Amino acid sequence: MDVVAALFSTVYQFGDAFAFLVISCAGLAVIFGMMGIINLAHGEFIMCGAYVTAATARAGLPLPLAIACGALAAAAVGMVVERTVIRHLYHRPLDSIIATWGISLIATQGVLIVLGPTMQGIGTPLGSMAVGDRSYSIYRLVLFAASIGLLASLYLLFYRTRFGVIARATIQRPAMARALGVDTRRVYGLTFGLGAGLAGLAGGLYAPTMTMVPTMGATFIVESFVTVVVGGTDIFMGAAPAAAILAVIRAGLTAWYGQLFGQIGLLVAVIVVIRVLPGGLSAFIRRWQR
Amino acid sequence: MSSLNSPDTTARPPARRGPRKWLARLEGPQTMGHGPAFWAAAVLVILAAAAYPQFANDFTVGNVAYFMVWTFMAMGLGVVWGYGGALSFGQTAFFGLAGYGYGVVSINIGSAFGLTWLALVLAVALGGAFALLIGYFMFYGRIKGVFIGIVTLSVTLVLETFMAQTAGPQWRIGDARLNGFNGMSGMPPLTVPWPGGDILLYSGTALYYVLLAMVVLVYLGLRMLLNAPFGNVLVAIRENPERTEMLGYDIRFYQMLAFGLGGALAGLSGALYTAWGQYITPSSMGLTAAALPIVWVAVGGRRDITATLLGSLLVIAGFQSLTIYGSQYALVVMGGLLVFTVLVTPDGLVATAMDRIGRLSRKMRR
Repeated sequence: MDVVAALFSTVYQFGDAFAFLVISCAGLAVIFGMMGIINLAHGEFIMCGAYVTAATARAGLPLPLAIACGALAAAAVGMVVERTVIRHLYHRPLDSIIATWGISLIATQGVLIVLGPTMQGIGTPLGSMAVGDRSYSIYRLVLFAASIGLLASLYLLFYRTRFGVIARATIQRPAMARALGVDTRRVYGLTFGLGAGLAGLAGGLYAPTMTMVPTMGATFIVESFVTVVVGGTDIFMGAAPAAAILAVIRAGLTAWYGQLFGQIGLLVAVIVVIRVLPGGLSAFIRRWQR
Repeated sequence: MSSLNSPDTTARPPARRGPRKWLARLEGPQTMGHGPAFWAAAVLVILAAAAYPQFANDFTVGNVAYFMVWTFMAMGLGVVWGYGGALSFGQTAFFGLAGYGYGVVSINIGSAFGLTWLALVLAVALGGAFALLIGYFMFYGRIKGVFIGIVTLSVTLVLETFMAQTAGPQWRIGDARLNGFNGMSGMPPLTVPWPGGDILLYSGTALYYVLLAMVVLVYLGLRMLLNAPFGNVLVAIRENPERTEMLGYDIRFYQMLAFGLGGALAGLSGALYTAWGQYITPSSMGLTAAALPIVWVAVGGRRDITATLLGSLLVIAGFQSLTIYGSQYALVVMGGLLVFTVLVTPDGLVATAMDRIGRLSRKMRR
């Protein structure tokens, strides 16, 4: 029984870290993989999703619907930002990062001014369960399932739908896609909206577990950036395995030395990975496949 | 723009002797401004800055000194990003590390005999060495573009988290308590040993003059460096890394050196900031703090060191007065300014203005 409990504890820790990494980096990875833009306002889209989720949930909507509202709101904001700012900067990737940082400053401080330093959150649903002599939050297990579901549905979206084919064509050969009649600007706009929506989804999913403050996006930033850097440009061949590896590192270090060393371990991992595997895991896997 | 001239088109000016030779080293294709008119204006500006404390009260003089503290970090970022093309989001990591370094060293060795200057030098060396280390992993790992930004940003955020949890009494280095989230305080300010009592350099006129001299020295030194072969190679790397490498330059080494220099300059700002206010907190390495140098340099103009210096001073002063009159809106304005600059004047407001003025004066001379 002890062995089972210890095993469950380990798997739970890993699942928790994996879910956090995958869910928080999905939006960033989609935007970066498809458009080559690092969205520094990623954390603020997460915050937007979390705020909308919390507000709608407290207004009486059931939590899953509230989370959907959060994701849709973030997606809408994302499309507006793309239309007004990002669209003009596609040929200047470095400038687009700076512009998104400006947006992030405006969003954090704007929310602070308009909504105040904190907002009433929503409690973690579903209660807890006991394995051995420890209790575990069931909601965290739901989050793990959600991260797997998220990867599966993104796979279906990009590899089994018409939008996915057009989107992949647009990344690989923009000029050719345009020649074949694809409206690439629209594809980019939709992709950015999708990425922002996924960030909003992350915010919604984690809203019940966190304190609602305007700077809450910063909690996700390091983890999601690190995952994308280790993963490289491909979300399935890069970000997902990267999240698995980093989750092992983080769960192990967190269990033994505490939260902080989990984060430092991630950072050291990323610096070592970029030194030995330029281009990230996805470039490595692609080379190995050949 | 003059700074876009590729380095191979520059013919070396004929050899000159004496002061003119030194002046010639300060000019070149990589920096705006040349000729007697520019240098006369520069001397006038410096003289005006030197006379300024006679006409202003102590408080405003101290404020201007505080603005000058930050310019070193801005100029360092200008070299790394504007000239070298490597966009670093984490200059605050070196700023904070050197700030803490100054605190730890100066608390432990005290301020007698001007030992605080040793602490300053050690802190700057610490910032530079850490930047060289990070730069080694980044540039020898051949990462480029946006990834440099992400890695440097992660470094500074993790340092912030690390410093924020050093609250307990077990986190001490010698006599210096790191003090977690509240930050470290109680280090001595810079002192100049002087017969009949040391001169303490905190706020006020003495610090102002020391900082003014340092800004002028660093500015002239950077001009010289950027117009030397080193600067030319750096700009060549920014314009076309592959071609530069084919011409036989080890671009990784040059980028690492430039990054180390940027880190040392950020460290100089950090150590001076700590000495100025006698405190340093982890939030000086946080997300908001990390964004500010980017705003200064982007808005001022990153591709020319003069524009970077003037623009940063302008933006910092503007930010400061905004914080006084409506603190919460200052960051919104900064964000808006950043988006506006990127969309409308990608070369920076001050750089664009300087370019216009230069063109106008050339037209009038004709």
